[in-house]
Amino acid sequence: MDRMGPSEFRAGGSMSRTAAPIVVRGLEHWFGEGEAKKQVLFDVDLVLQPGKLTVLLGASGSGKTTLLTLMGCLRRVQQGSVTLLGMELAGAAEDVLVQCRRRLGFIFQAHNLHDSLTAMQNVRMGLEVHGPAATAQWESAAAHLLDLLGLRERLNYLPGNLSGGQKQRVAVARALIGNPDIVFADEPTAALDKESALNVVTLLKRLGTERGTTTLMVTHDSKIMDLADQIITMDEGRIVQDSSLS
Amino acid sequence: MTELLAKLLGRLPIGWLQLVHNKTRLPAAVAGVSFASVLVLMQLGFLGALVGSIRLPYDQMNADILISASDMNTPADGSPLPRQRMFEALSVEGVARATPLYYGKIEWKQSDGTIRNLDVFGIDPSSETIRNPAIEARLADIARADVALIDAKTRNAPDGLFAQIANGQPYRFEVKGRTLTVVGTFEIGGGFTADGYLVISDQTFLRLFPQRAAGAPNHILVSLAPGADVRSTIERLRAVLPAYDSSVRTVAEAFDKDRAFQTTQRPVGLVFGFGIVIGVLVGIIIVYQVLSTDVAEHLKEYATFKAIGYPQRFFLSIVFEEAAILAALGFIPGFVVSLGLYAMIAAATGLPLAMTGARAVFVLIGVLGMCLLSGAIATRKLARANPADLF
Ligand SMILES: Nc1ncnc2c1ncn2[C@@H]1O[C@H](COP(=O)(O)OP(=O)(O)OP(=O)(O)O)[C@@H](O)[C@H]1O
Ligand SMILES: [Mg+2]
Repeated sequence: MDRMGPSEFRAGGSMSRTAAPIVVRGLEHWFGEGEAKKQVLFDVDLVLQPGKLTVLLGASGSGKTTLLTLMGCLRRVQQGSVTLLGMELAGAAEDVLVQCRRRLGFIFQAHNLHDSLTAMQNVRMGLEVHGPAATAQWESAAAHLLDLLGLRERLNYLPGNLSGGQKQRVAVARALIGNPDIVFADEPTAALDKESALNVVTLLKRLGTERGTTTLMVTHDSKIMDLADQIITMDEGRIVQDSSLS
Repeated sequence: MTELLAKLLGRLPIGWLQLVHNKTRLPAAVAGVSFASVLVLMQLGFLGALVGSIRLPYDQMNADILISASDMNTPADGSPLPRQRMFEALSVEGVARATPLYYGKIEWKQSDGTIRNLDVFGIDPSSETIRNPAIEARLADIARADVALIDAKTRNAPDGLFAQIANGQPYRFEVKGRTLTVVGTFEIGGGFTADGYLVISDQTFLRLFPQRAAGAPNHILVSLAPGADVRSTIERLRAVLPAYDSSVRTVAEAFDKDRAFQTTQRPVGLVFGFGIVIGVLVGIIIVYQVLSTDVAEHLKEYATFKAIGYPQRFFLSIVFEEAAILAALGFIPGFVVSLGLYAMIAAATGLPLAMTGARAVFVLIGVLGMCLLSGAIATRKLARANPADLF
């Protein structure tokens, strides 16, 4: 893989990537109302280190996705504190949350590409959110990233004409094109073959060392766990093990 | 197109890409907007033709002020005025001339038995009641008994007849038991109630309509003396003429009142107005249907864009982008079809049906507003796009 120069990515704007990008304190979360109200997170505490790959483990229903969406500004904090890139999310206004999301990259289990947009255009959507920039710059950055992910021949394909793995790699490119401070990935490798999965994780690790990008990934892939800097295990809404504390 | 829109919007034209991606929805939506455009343009065309034909007789009146019966709505209805009103008007300061206009309707029977309806002007051949050079030139001819001039734009007249008359070959026809001799032509044009016009002298008119009370005209056409003020002359006329039988207005005011009456109180005007409402409703419903389905089908994509950090106004702008595209794509074929229909109907009916630039722009803006309104309603569905549901 080529080296990625900073100029290929969104220019400027990101804060110092040396402070802890995420600090969670005493986080609790409930779903439902009244009789059906059910607590799914209990007193969650965690700190992520900048530029590191953290893997989140836990049985189904243990609250991994809920925690991820709270840290990713996709859900409102009900109780406790989430400090994201120095910003308190508890009680933050909607437009603050929208601003915060622009500094994050999401890789979902499903690719969630827009069917009417080509691979390039889907990736471009990850950049346009930062405001108008020279199209030529976007296109070369997007093309470069897609090339790194082995999609050089597929730039102008619609998602309908791509394989599942190819679509997921386009989604990865869309998450990374904006040079996010933090990448959240929820079982992103399910749709990828072993080689692509490893390829994506290697890319994320390299972004960590070269640019200080922090990654939090939910996965049960033992190959990826081997590459992790930190592993957090959840059970029934609580953090039961955190490798950074032991 | 995508590049052009990208430049215009300063972003990827997602709405456009979404619309062209769906091979059945776009044509259906465009057809719907076109249909609505045609409907509205046709109704406005008819309404315009109606107004145009209402204007025709007023344009012929060589006068500043029109005195008519107080119960008059259109030139052809209302009670006749006592002839005495003419002499009373003449005595008012500022009035230079007051001439009678007799207005009637006759049936012109064709050799094949069909009937054309003609509106008849009965005028004093010694004064300039009518503002039409072809008529003014032949006043001496119609001064003779039972001599007439006919509208060369009369609908469905026998082929070549008017050319023949213009070439000096008089045409005779029977009406109300008398024989009229047509010796010349002029041009006014038919409307919704008459196929054309006939001009005769007041004396001939009274012979054709013997039931008409001694010399009672339908209208009195008043010309102002040089320098006289219209408004104050009207006030003086109103002071002299009894309001129970006469109304005094400028010719333009009389036309305005007639137009308001015929477009809002007669079935024909109401039908056209109703047609416009139907067209707009059809358009709104179709566009709403298309846009709300489109939003509903893309909730997942929109939720993803929300997760990426796009604000609510971005999604509104996608829906409005689609609405504006549908308006533009739908209006253009609708406009072209309407031009064709205008030409066809004008040729078939002789109605003054013509597209005006103002009407085209007005309907384009209306169609755009209609699409944007539908889009605005469709954006309510956007709230259902929740990025937390994506995982
Ligand atoms: N939108 C929701 N409404 C109500 N309950 C929910 C909702 N989302 C999740 N839950 C519940 O919260 C608990 C935690 O769910 P969550 O999705 O966070 O688990 P998870 O660890 O991601 O599981 P999995 O491995 O299956 O993805 C579960 O009991 C789940 O049923
Ligand atoms: Mg989950």
